[in-house]
Amino acid sequence: MVYNFKEEMEKPERLAGGHRLCAGCGASIAVRGVLRALEPEDRAVVTNATSCLEVSTYLYPYTAYEDSYIHSAFENAAATCGGVETAYRVLKKKGKIKENFKFITFGGDGGTYDIGLQSLSGAMERGHDMVYVCYDNEAYMNTGIQRSSATPRFADATTTPVGSRSYGKIQNKKNLTEIIAAHNVPYAAQTTFMGNFKDLHEKSRKAIYTEGPCFLNILSPCPRGWRYEMENLAEICQLAVDTCVWPLYEIEEGVWKLNYEPKKKVPLEEFLKKQGRFKHMFAKGNEWMIEDAQKYVDDQWERLLKKCK
Amino acid sequence: MAIRDRLSGNEAVATAMRQINPDVMGAFPITPSTEIPQYFSSYVANGLVDTEFVAVESEHSAMSTCIAAEAAGARAITATSSCGMALMWELLYVASSSRLPVTMALVNRALTGPININNDHSDSMGARDAGWIQIYSETNQEAYDNFIQAMPIGENKEVRLPVMVCQDGFITSHAIENMELIEDEKVRAFVGEYEPENYLLKKENPMAVGPYGISAYYMEFKKQQAEAMKNAKKVILDVAAEFEELTGRKYGFFEEFMMEDAETAVVIIGSSAGTGKAAVDMLRQQGKKAGLIKIRVFRPFPMEELAEALSHVKAVAVMDKAESFSAAGGPLFAEARSALYDLEDRPKTINYVYGLGGRDITVEDFEHIFEEIFRIAESGNTGEVYRHIGQREADETRKDVEYKRYQLENNNWRWQSNGL
Repeated sequence: MVYNFKEEMEKPERLAGGHRLCAGCGASIAVRGVLRALEPEDRAVVTNATSCLEVSTYLYPYTAYEDSYIHSAFENAAATCGGVETAYRVLKKKGKIKENFKFITFGGDGGTYDIGLQSLSGAMERGHDMVYVCYDNEAYMNTGIQRSSATPRFADATTTPVGSRSYGKIQNKKNLTEIIAAHNVPYAAQTTFMGNFKDLHEKSRKAIYTEGPCFLNILSPCPRGWRYEMENLAEICQLAVDTCVWPLYEIEEGVWKLNYEPKKKVPLEEFLKKQGRFKHMFAKGNEWMIEDAQKYVDDQWERLLKKCK
Repeated sequence: MAIRDRLSGNEAVATAMRQINPDVMGAFPITPSTEIPQYFSSYVANGLVDTEFVAVESEHSAMSTCIAAEAAGARAITATSSCGMALMWELLYVASSSRLPVTMALVNRALTGPININNDHSDSMGARDAGWIQIYSETNQEAYDNFIQAMPIGENKEVRLPVMVCQDGFITSHAIENMELIEDEKVRAFVGEYEPENYLLKKENPMAVGPYGISAYYMEFKKQQAEAMKNAKKVILDVAAEFEELTGRKYGFFEEFMMEDAETAVVIIGSSAGTGKAAVDMLRQQGKKAGLIKIRVFRPFPMEELAEALSHVKAVAVMDKAESFSAAGGPLFAEARSALYDLEDRPKTINYVYGLGGRDITVEDFEHIFEEIFRIAESGNTGEVYRHIGQREADETRKDVEYKRYQLENNNWRWQSNGL
């Protein structure tokens, strides 16, 4: 099916306006983008980990979801989604439900890379027919920008603050997409908000309509945590991809495929300087930080290219 | 015709589960409840039930699965013990506040610190304020009967609360008893179909579960839960009455044993009540007016009813198989003594913490307890209220006696150490 931006945008929204997420936040774009890939006639149950997204979109008595929705706790979104999907299978078998439902989970990087990793791994291993979507904003934004294992090295977060003896986070970012791929799931991919949303849309569609446990990792910038001007969101996402900080790739039935190769790799500085959390890297005497970060990105990129060949 | 059989407590509960044929079971193994999902898996493997069995990676995910399945419109069950329940802790509150009548078989076991696989009630008592109905069983028969009553209670529209049916780890879970089973079709008819009004998979009405409940609404949620727990009292008795019609076996909030003219009484929960009854029998033969109350329903707590049942008694010993480290007594003691407070002429009340981590309690221990409360009844002097019984003391004069007991327990350990 050929992607038609205009047609997609004309579909009725499944995440209603009026939710309480910040302007310039990636999470709502991720949710909208993924849910838009559902066929209008298909029903869905959305599961959510405790997060910015959860407390902003389902604040009693208002829900922003047009579909059924369940939130239970921070670390169990995958198991919760698996529970709904299991109930669906048994009720369908018993003839109590006739319609087709799809099961989509949204978790932030805290609820996915960290506290929810066990639950996610369990659900992927058990093979529930579901899509787990991580909207990765690289820190615990809901509780006030504490570092997560998705936070990149050198980022100034509230539990890795820059100080006279600290240059921000010490460790590099965990590679969750590869961890999930190691579960041999039928489909896992990384994407973000690029141009006309073709990449996000096609990956969401594949994930939703591939049977079995599928995983999407969506880089979803956070204006509060990353400290950028909200209108710069799209530009930052483009830079993340063009600097190869966030490569777009997918693993389909074990086959790795790079979806976007920048014609000319943009220096990492261009991505870093748009964000307040990396400001200290540009101070005099800290040139080594940018060099180190660039080297890490280059190494990761080379490794990925080998996997995708 | 009822079916006579010999089953362990775990198998009895698994049998009840098979007869009910629930939609979803989420489970992770933990001693001593492990056999329940094992038995149940074999029913699944042999096509005896339609249930989807989800072998999750932790108890946390087991409860998450059950909560989600129940919200989706299915009937969900699990079984666990001890640390397994502790890992579910956070979600026990989610189940009750979302008003999802999940049913859990809890095979009581001590909580770690140090690790111990034997019976006491520290797991369920630790979760006593989580908003779950708690029903306790003395025997395998009761564990079976209580499990069959659990769903009609929890799923009642006036209640809609999760229910845990508790039995004592190893003591009943692994011991085989003669018991009477109900025919499959009668169990199914008694428990009925699960027909929630609203659920996630209802096509004409999408639903959202698990909101952010801000201060403007949170207290109303809690008040409604509290009201549901009050409503559960009547429903528990109604279901018990129906169950009595079906089986002839009578259940209430508690069982009164030789209480009619009792001057002293022991209040207790679970399998140790049997030992207590043997002591009461013996004392009665000696002409002593001893009695016993075995609490079956701890949540909701039958406050007025318990006060009424104890109103004519002069001295009471409340037995706790769990510490609460209040420095003032165990959890059952706090509830029972509070219940007695409204009586004009209330009995003297003391507390014994006993049986922690599988420590035996004997008929002799109960004799000693009754001696104490008869003395209190006579003198009116309570003395130390918060007591422990059955533990070794750093007392040189009692060393020989206690040492024998210590050896016996070590021997018991050999057969009990069959994995965690």
